[in-house]
Amino acid sequence: MSGDPILTVDRLMMRFGGIVAVNELSFAAERRKITALIGPNGAGKTTVFNCITGFYRPSGGAIRLAHDDGRSIQLERLNDFRISKQAKVARTFQNIRLFPGMTALENLMVAQHNALMRASGLTLLGLLGLPSWREAEQRAIELARTWLDRVGLLDRADDAAGNLPYGDQRRLEIARAMCTEPALLCLDEPAAGLNARESGGLNELLLSIRNEQGTSILLIEHDMSVVMEISDHVVVMDYGVKIAEGTPQAVRDDPKVIAAYLGADEEEAIAVMESGT
Amino acid sequence: MDYFAQQLINGLVLGSIYGLIAIGYTMVYGIVGMINFAHGDIFMIGGFIAMISFLVLVSLGLTAIPLILLIVLLVSMVITALYGWTIERIAYRPLRHSFRLAPMLSAIGMSFVLTNFSQVSQGARVKPVPPIITGGYTLHEGSEGFAVQLSNIQIVVVLATIVLLAVFTWLVSRTRLGRDMRACEQDQTMASLLGVDVDRTISMTFVIGAALAAVAGMMYLLYYGLVDFFMGFVAGIKAFTAAVLGGIGSLPGAMLGGLAIGLIETFWSAYFSVEYKDVAAFSILIVVLIFMPTGLLGRPEVEKV
Amino acid sequence: MSATSARPSHAAQPSGSAFILKKALISAAVALVLFSLMIGVRTEAGPQGGLIYWTRFGDLAAMVGTVFGGSIIIELLRQWWGPVDKDRIVPKPVQAAMSFAGRWLAPALLVFAFLVPVIFYNQRYILDLSILVLTYVMLGWGLNVVVGLAGLLDLGYVAFYAVGAYSYALLATNFGLSFWVCLPLAGILAAFWGVLLGFPVLRLRGDYLAIVTLAFGEIIRLVIINWQSLTGGPNGVSGIPRPTLFGIPLDNSDDGLAAKLGIEFSPTHRIVFLFYLILAMALLTNWVTIRLRRLPIGRAWEALREDEVACRALGINVTTTKLTAFATGAMFGGLAGAFFATRQGFISPESFTFQESALVLAIVVLGGMGSQLGVALAALTMIGGFELFRGFDQYRMLVFGIAMVLLMIWRPRGLIGHRAPTVFLERNQAISSDLVKEGHG
Repeated sequence: MSGDPILTVDRLMMRFGGIVAVNELSFAAERRKITALIGPNGAGKTTVFNCITGFYRPSGGAIRLAHDDGRSIQLERLNDFRISKQAKVARTFQNIRLFPGMTALENLMVAQHNALMRASGLTLLGLLGLPSWREAEQRAIELARTWLDRVGLLDRADDAAGNLPYGDQRRLEIARAMCTEPALLCLDEPAAGLNARESGGLNELLLSIRNEQGTSILLIEHDMSVVMEISDHVVVMDYGVKIAEGTPQAVRDDPKVIAAYLGADEEEAIAVMESGT
Repeated sequence: MDYFAQQLINGLVLGSIYGLIAIGYTMVYGIVGMINFAHGDIFMIGGFIAMISFLVLVSLGLTAIPLILLIVLLVSMVITALYGWTIERIAYRPLRHSFRLAPMLSAIGMSFVLTNFSQVSQGARVKPVPPIITGGYTLHEGSEGFAVQLSNIQIVVVLATIVLLAVFTWLVSRTRLGRDMRACEQDQTMASLLGVDVDRTISMTFVIGAALAAVAGMMYLLYYGLVDFFMGFVAGIKAFTAAVLGGIGSLPGAMLGGLAIGLIETFWSAYFSVEYKDVAAFSILIVVLIFMPTGLLGRPEVEKV
Repeated sequence: MSATSARPSHAAQPSGSAFILKKALISAAVALVLFSLMIGVRTEAGPQGGLIYWTRFGDLAAMVGTVFGGSIIIELLRQWWGPVDKDRIVPKPVQAAMSFAGRWLAPALLVFAFLVPVIFYNQRYILDLSILVLTYVMLGWGLNVVVGLAGLLDLGYVAFYAVGAYSYALLATNFGLSFWVCLPLAGILAAFWGVLLGFPVLRLRGDYLAIVTLAFGEIIRLVIINWQSLTGGPNGVSGIPRPTLFGIPLDNSDDGLAAKLGIEFSPTHRIVFLFYLILAMALLTNWVTIRLRRLPIGRAWEALREDEVACRALGINVTTTKLTAFATGAMFGGLAGAFFATRQGFISPESFTFQESALVLAIVVLGGMGSQLGVALAALTMIGGFELFRGFDQYRMLVFGIAMVLLMIWRPRGLIGHRAPTVFLERNQAISSDLVKEGHG
């Protein structure tokens, strides 16, 4: 694949005991594009995500992130919180992981933790209430307000995140990830559990993130209408290996892909083919 | 070498007692997911009931020691088990689906209640009993006049522990109750949907745990020849330490942890200093947990992301 | 300690006198077995060293009767009260009144606290008790940072209290350092120990952390008992200097405060001084905590309590965040310890047992995790209530234990059951505690 990749996954291996969950997987995600990672259940998609976002340490292979400024970071050497802090990779979770007892606004404030920690002089200046800190806090609130507005949750800013309806929680989680100002946004099944209208709204949101913020997006998705409509590039996995990649059109017509879905689950295969037409 | 062998025997005996208490902690933790802080005091109550029933039986004119011991064992197991059942019913069941810390504080409160109850009802002074099981064997006569002794009471403690463990393992792995317990451990909601009486299973867990603690209390009484109202606290913390050391939720782990704590304590006292034996036990707990965060035999906690 | 609460957990409860009687009889039977040997037979070490016993069937019968009667009363009350649910436990009007009271309760308490020495100037006992309550308020606020905000279960908080107390006692008696020099040192030392303990163990989760902190508390206590050359062992440290008002002693010497001000000396001056000292320290703790909650570090603590994995995904360094919570809590514990030492003038390991940790933890949980006002109310209730039973010394822990169980059953979420947001756009509305997580640590 040519172009300007932001993320390059090179022969990624992940073993759990004797089980090989991801086997020599290579693909790239282009800058300012939406790349979808699809495949039947158990194909190893979330494992790939966990390797990219530092929750798992890969057994082998390399994951390289090339920033706009030319900085290149080997993600497999970073772990845990450093992926988000230093490499600017943000993620959402398959089962939403908000801070349910905190308000929507507070959720977005927590996301700006590292920037605010610097602004508060590692708490000391903040404790004294210096004006520079107050300004920084105000800016953080403004950023949060902007994103609440973007995801249509401005009027629910002061409600507990755990009280929001499911679809709102999904969007809030995306807004929270965006508040870390990431270079790469990884979304784990963002459309899961959404109805048709909500998932349409999600498409618009993701496209606007790509077009306005210029954030590259990598997403795992089962909802093929989302994948087909917004992806620029699709990577198909099955049993831990890549079986196809290309434009949504090309992938949809690929017999190997259809066979993989048919082999895994007939309904899913039919859904793939129908949703593309 | 002889000295070492002697300490090994002493450590194993002490470890058996800790292990018996630790099983109660680990079982309750496995099923209800709470630290039953009152369990150490259940052990103390078991010791007291054994002491009182022994006293009463002797004064009633019974002389056959094996018969007395059998009755004492049964009486203390039954009554102590009822304590376990009652406490679960009063202090834990209303809080079962509540906030995680609430049952734990309720348990700490219960522990205070039991300690103080026995202090008030039986007095604060240490209660000594004469040696009941006497005699023993000299295993090895050392050259410097040091002999490795194995007393009958030590044999009884270890044998009782082994028999109880065997019965208990059978109970958990082969019976309906054991299956229910394992099911509740995995998923209480699902278990109840599949027809497991969750309330009853949890009650039985407390009953069995308390009965084992009663045996430990009786062994303690026979071995050390005394009980006092405060003994539950230290023994309880040690046994809980043992359960965590072995990997909480794991039954073999509890026994292993108990033996480990018993041995550490005994050897530390023998070779270093008696004063710091508890410090040694707790320090080793901390060190083990740093390197094996889920204990010796605990299942590693899989983090689902 | 009774078997009266043996309640069916299912919704449909039969009623009628036969049912009540049956339950009461079962309860009484259970009580009879439970108490048969423990109350019916009293043992004591005899004069020759052997054990003697005598029976107390009267007491046993009285206890069983009490359980029987109590069971009937409780069952009647329950049927009169109806099914137990949240709204019924605290009726709606009461809830409304409470939320109204909540608004002026904190300021009113504060004003009252400032006036205590004025109102009770001549009642030494009340002043002493108030100082005690405030000490526990401060400890509760300190532990609240760890347990309530960061959701880390610390069962060995008393260790830091002990470190603070012994730091001041030893520095003052050995090197003659003044209280005002030692106070920050005690805080720093305690925080240092917090970090030292925290660094290796904070990656442990849940109950593993609980037992390790408990073990740490015991280790500190045992070392204090056994390191006699340094700490005086079980005999403790005595002759700890009293605090001075920035160098002016509060005694009846010529340099004393009374002499300088030209007023008649009274020992109450020192008590009042101590009162305002601990009040100031407690309020400082409160102020810092409230401030920290609105700073990124405090929000990260609460986020950690809510979801650790999400925190990591947002680039928050979980370990340092936990460490700061641990160190902050430890520091407040250490400061309170230094105050305790200077107030008592004498400290020994007996003051730093697990019971203290449990008491402070109970204050935090009963207060409603994370709520500053709740903690203060809980400290007042617990310590004040505890004092009421001073006359029944031997039953004190019994009553205390029963109260703890009952309070937990009554309000498992604590007195103040909601969380105030740290920042808001339009409406500053409280969050129900049902949504607030309690942490895994």
